[in-house]
Amino acid sequence: MLAYLIRRLFAAAVMLVVIVMVVFGIFFLVPKWAGVDIASSFVGKQADPAAVEAVRQKLGLSDPIYSQVWEFFKGIFAGRTYSGGGDVTHCAAPCFGYSFRSEQAVWPVLTDRFPVTLGLALGAAVLWLVFGVSAGVLSALKRGTIWDRGAMVVALAGVSLPIYFTGLLSLAIFAFGLHWLDAQYVPLDQSFGGWFGGMILPWITLAFLYAAMYARITRATMLEILGEDYIRTARAKGLKEQVVIGKHAMRSTMTPILTMLGMDLGALIGGAILTESTFNLPGLGRAVLDAIKNQDLPIILGVTLITSLAVLLANLVVDILYAVIDPRVRLT
Amino acid sequence: MTTQRTSGRRKKAFAAAAAVAALLTTAACGGSDDNGGGGSKTGAAGFDAANNKVAQASLAKKGGTLRFGGAQDADSWDTTRGYYGFMWNFARYYSRQLVTGKTEPGKTGAELTPDLATGLAKVSDDGKTYTYTLRDGITWEDGKPITSKDVKYGIERVWAQDVLSGGPTYLKDFLDPKGEYKGPYKDTSKDKLGLKSITTPDDKTIEFHLPKANSDFQEVLGLVSASPVRQDKDTKSKYGLKPFSSGPYKFESYSPGKSLTLVRNTEWKQSSDPIRKAYPDKITVQFFSDANQLDQRLLNGDLDLDINQTGMSPQGRTTALKEHKANLDNPVSGYIRYATFPQSVKPFDNAECRKAVILGADHVSLQTARGGPVAGGDIGTNMLPPSVPGSEGQKYDPYKISGANKNGNVEEAKAALKACGKPNGFSTTIAVRNNKPVEVATAQSLQASLKKIGINAQIDQFDGSQTTGIIGSPSNVKKKGYGIIIMGWGPDFPTVQGFGLPLWDSKYIAESGNNNFALIDDKTIDGLFDKYVTTLDESGKTQISTEINHKVMEGAYYLPFTFEKFINWRGDNLANVYTSDNYSGMYDFVNLGLKSAITPRPPRRRPLTAGEGRGGVGGAPGWTRGAPRPRGGP
Repeated sequence: MLAYLIRRLFAAAVMLVVIVMVVFGIFFLVPKWAGVDIASSFVGKQADPAAVEAVRQKLGLSDPIYSQVWEFFKGIFAGRTYSGGGDVTHCAAPCFGYSFRSEQAVWPVLTDRFPVTLGLALGAAVLWLVFGVSAGVLSALKRGTIWDRGAMVVALAGVSLPIYFTGLLSLAIFAFGLHWLDAQYVPLDQSFGGWFGGMILPWITLAFLYAAMYARITRATMLEILGEDYIRTARAKGLKEQVVIGKHAMRSTMTPILTMLGMDLGALIGGAILTESTFNLPGLGRAVLDAIKNQDLPIILGVTLITSLAVLLANLVVDILYAVIDPRVRLT
Repeated sequence: MTTQRTSGRRKKAFAAAAAVAALLTTAACGGSDDNGGGGSKTGAAGFDAANNKVAQASLAKKGGTLRFGGAQDADSWDTTRGYYGFMWNFARYYSRQLVTGKTEPGKTGAELTPDLATGLAKVSDDGKTYTYTLRDGITWEDGKPITSKDVKYGIERVWAQDVLSGGPTYLKDFLDPKGEYKGPYKDTSKDKLGLKSITTPDDKTIEFHLPKANSDFQEVLGLVSASPVRQDKDTKSKYGLKPFSSGPYKFESYSPGKSLTLVRNTEWKQSSDPIRKAYPDKITVQFFSDANQLDQRLLNGDLDLDINQTGMSPQGRTTALKEHKANLDNPVSGYIRYATFPQSVKPFDNAECRKAVILGADHVSLQTARGGPVAGGDIGTNMLPPSVPGSEGQKYDPYKISGANKNGNVEEAKAALKACGKPNGFSTTIAVRNNKPVEVATAQSLQASLKKIGINAQIDQFDGSQTTGIIGSPSNVKKKGYGIIIMGWGPDFPTVQGFGLPLWDSKYIAESGNNNFALIDDKTIDGLFDKYVTTLDESGKTQISTEINHKVMEGAYYLPFTFEKFINWRGDNLANVYTSDNYSGMYDFVNLGLKSAITPRPPRRRPLTAGEGRGGVGGAPGWTRGAPRPRGGP
């Protein structure tokens, strides 16, 4: 088990290095090939050539790409100092870069935005797991009934309707129309009630999409499993239906659900861009959207790394949980 | 990071569902709560009530929280580094200048009035020396007096472009054209006040010694980049995170891209400031990624106004015009939207070929693509914005753009093509920013017009965030064969120099960051600018401005589309509201007041439904509300 963990963590680290190099290539090499000077986009309309050069030096844009990548990695462990024109900016470790657009180190931005996204992703995950999996199981057990068909129609709607539709519609009805819910985000440390109230619509909106998908997957998997020999055997042994379903069928059904959950949660923790922008939640998704808009490369790089890390970690956790759920799986 | 799961088919399904939902909502909600003309039940003053006039001045009360929203944060809140028009407007809350624009509506707002100084400049030495005396009682947020040395230091920061890049550099160009001074951070003098062209004989007096007279110098001193900065409070590149206030408000908190809160600067004295009324107790700004949200909040009464002041989105303004017309103003923005022809790309080195495009274009169709006469603006007939002295508006129309040729004149265009030696037309490329849907639509409209006269134009949508490096590089423009570039421009300060110098003077042709896209190298135009800067009387300046505009149009370097207008939202609770030419038709922020200090419960208004969103993926780049434009910039 320990060897497995070490092997996976090592693979994750290698993967992160590759991701950093690819992202660096996309943001720093491709524009260069296209003849675009990144430094000139930092100096405004009346670009003074000396100013462009100074910015280039300060950002280390004239260094070779491998040197920039190395400086980036070094900064994560040892911090980094940017200097130019008599101005010195220190970025403390872990330094994931420094945004010269907003004059902030990237790491504090990530840590400031991360809790918002985490709260959104976890809250929504609880909802979609509870409602999605339950709906899927019930549909499978009551196959062909009105309940089954009704649940699947709702699920189809959930899968079909994108966040920016359901999000805006829910805001229009419940926040701006009926005034039942507040659409204002309140930080958790300011007021739990305010935070909870402000998160209800984003949770429901996000969960609606995912619950629909989970319901459909759960139903399909459950139906397949209910036809397996071991389920027939369990029933033949005279086990109660709750035990057959709850203990035997559910365990197998949960394996693909868990795989999906790991991927989805990991990806969402990297920023639910549409949900966060629709509900104006100041999370990682909004941070990266603003950064793309402003060509704020360090922030984009930072969020990309966090996303990759989250996906890798989520998958690792899922792999470990496999062994817990399914005794046939052995981690070696 | 994820964009969550959607597919093309789903989007289509969504679009259909959205349309149905929007229709149902519209039908259910019925009529308007406003009457457009003279006020509304909700207390709004009426359509255009604050356009070039003051709306509900007497209703402004002291106190309350003025709530701005915005789809874009400032480029920087540092007075030296900011270049967005709304930033200059907002900066008057926490910064003061020697002189500033009058706090009056329309053209009067663009006239200068003393701020920190006791009066306008005493000009001597044939327009090369400007002297100011500072008022009594002017203080920083810690109560210490603002001195002439603070003003000098603040101005010197403009020289530190390697650290404080981004803002306008006119002061540097006017006071130190040879670039001898290296800025305060490289200044070897003990007090870091080594710029020789500014002297401070005492704490109350400041003198500017220009190497060469420039009749717009005082206009440049009215920009926020001429604000004082105290040396011991200068945090260099991080100053924009918390500028040290000389105005009636100071920064309480700022989280870039999220929110900004200003509170009263208790050390500011009304008696020392004849400009600012400082009505609200607190000013908040909330930033949004999704501009739909912003419009919705404005309509819902959760916010008082849009800080970006770039106009509502097509969908938002449609709802607002229909339901809440009394809350809207439709000012001229001061910007001109146009196409220009780089002469380095053949056959646009030939004026007749340029004229062929101007004559062949369907100007009504171009205006429609820009949003029509209300949201897009009047058809542009020349290149001087109506807010600039010397402008003749649509009266000067050398190509009959808004007259006989408004739908395009194929015959005259073909004659011009013949004169150009291309009787069968030619092929070219239109360069347009990919992040401005309206500009892309304009390019498509132009492309269709040109086809009728045999000009085959391809559209190249380039990365709009890299404008400076792509179309700002003449060699790149030539390499890519961009014969037509679609852009927009507004004045940094309302004079022909503040608008046209970087566009039309050959000295401003640069290999990087070029704005003279047409590569105009006309000695007559250069000579007129030289004459303008040494002409001190206003009527003489106005006449030269008109002449420059005529020369530019005679050269057929530009095809103007519109004298831009936009639709801006004015919240019910706002009072003392007016648009100002000093800020290109934006509301003058600094003297906005609230009718009630207690934020009223938002009226129940018909919300924008999803189907009325701005189109495209919510919050994704490319929404219609453009990023706020830099002053003078695109």
